[in-house]
Amino acid sequence: MNAELIKEQFPILHQEINGHPLVYLDSAASSQKPKVVLDALKHYYEWDNANVHRGVHTLGSRATDDYEGAREKVARFIGASHTEEIIFTRGTTTALNIVASSYGPAVLQEGDEIVITQMEHHSNLIPWQQLALRTKAVLKYIPLQSDGNVAPQDVEKTITSRTKIVAIAYVSNVLGVVNPVKQIAEIAHRHGAVIVVDGAQSTPHMKVNMQDLDCDFYTFSGHKMCAPTGIGVLYGKKHLLESMEPVEFGGEMINDVGLYESTWKELPYKFEGGTPIIAGAVGLGAAIDFLEAIGMDEIHRHETKLAMYAMDRLSEIEGITLYGPRDREVGLITFNLMDVHPHDVATVLDASGIAVRAGHHCCQPLMRWLQVNSTVRASLYLYNTEQDIDALAKALIQTKEYFG
Amino acid sequence: MQLDDLYRRVIMDHYKTPRNRGKFDNETLTVELNNPTCGDRISLHLVIEDDIVKDARFTGDGCSISMSSASMMTEAVKGRTFAEAMDLADRFSCLMKGEPAEFDDYEDIEALSGVNKFPARIKCATLAWNALKKGINEESKQ
Repeated sequence: MNAELIKEQFPILHQEINGHPLVYLDSAASSQKPKVVLDALKHYYEWDNANVHRGVHTLGSRATDDYEGAREKVARFIGASHTEEIIFTRGTTTALNIVASSYGPAVLQEGDEIVITQMEHHSNLIPWQQLALRTKAVLKYIPLQSDGNVAPQDVEKTITSRTKIVAIAYVSNVLGVVNPVKQIAEIAHRHGAVIVVDGAQSTPHMKVNMQDLDCDFYTFSGHKMCAPTGIGVLYGKKHLLESMEPVEFGGEMINDVGLYESTWKELPYKFEGGTPIIAGAVGLGAAIDFLEAIGMDEIHRHETKLAMYAMDRLSEIEGITLYGPRDREVGLITFNLMDVHPHDVATVLDASGIAVRAGHHCCQPLMRWLQVNSTVRASLYLYNTEQDIDALAKALIQTKEYFG
Repeated sequence: MQLDDLYRRVIMDHYKTPRNRGKFDNETLTVELNNPTCGDRISLHLVIEDDIVKDARFTGDGCSISMSSASMMTEAVKGRTFAEAMDLADRFSCLMKGEPAEFDDYEDIEALSGVNKFPARIKCATLAWNALKKGINEESKQ
């Protein structure tokens, strides 16, 4: 694949910031959107917009077809067995909260265990913390190796017959490690637990397959994979989703409403109360078409190669501390530069047109594990090039001189 | 964008050699504040007598803007009555909004005027001042 040609298709990337060409290295926070996705949104609103699943009129049918067509694309994209296993949500956070608030209380007894890791994003940590507090379940952490990796033997030691839920990120949004989710799923299942996977940082960057991973729940956000904000996905195995109660009640999700009791629609609608995120789903469908046309394996190869190049270039800079393992499988590079505060680094980089993230990356427990208050993070996507990394390295050297 | 608007020599001086960094044995109160979006933390230590800020020190961790602002604030606020300290804090708020504000009594603060051109950094600069206002409000209630 040719990243230069791909970059051409992202209108936002062709502008100057503070007198320099924009170098966007914050895709793990939110990716940019290609023209085809923007066009799909525009087309939807200009030609097909209406509410879904109720209008008899033509626009209502078109909007319904667009929305359900997007669901089919998502199901195929992640290898779900059934289209109704795809629930559209606002994003990963909402998807994880649905599992924690609907599935959690139904299966947990006092003293049962929820197992997570210290590298989780707050959205895959606080819902379980709250669930544990409410149900008097025990929240347990799989210890991390010194480089941040999760070792299967530590998973074996942490999960017991009292474990009911294991929740883990496929890819860490800070350390850039890829967790052995398939192995962890096997261990969880052997102990009668389900596995919930936070796929926010994996789905945009690599091929994922629900049958291969055998995870019970899988969640991700559209906006990190070229789609608009406000759309995300909860995948769940059909028998699990069927056994669960809805968490939001209202229109669209009901079968029969009485004065004192009501019944719910079948999957996936019982989890999609209210007018759904129709345009968002259309945008997500267009983003999936765009990514699949390039090829997820191609994208993954490009990013891994670029991440290794970045690790090589950045490690040449004296005074830099790179966090996580040396070898990269994904395009996430987290670092600190001498004792210059990450905010100051990010401000100086911005003056050169380079966008990075500075802060705790919604991972305060992981920051404590790393024994830092915050870090700088450069995150890559399919439109980034070696020139972007060169610009970053050059600007970091200037930052050092500025604060040295 | 001129980086020097933000990182003036005075700011770097306060960042690299902060004034009043530390605690007291006899402090009246400690105010802890953090900026949850970036992880900056400050603890402001105040010695108060008869509604006067007798002395001020700070501890914590943060960027050059938040730490230099804390250094300047603790310098400027020493010996002020509560009313004077609140007036100083109000003038600082004006400075952050890009409104006219004078600091004849402690000119170093004016070096932070460039921060208002960097919206993402205003919260860094105001952290220590918010701690001061919180501390005075708590003490005034008693």
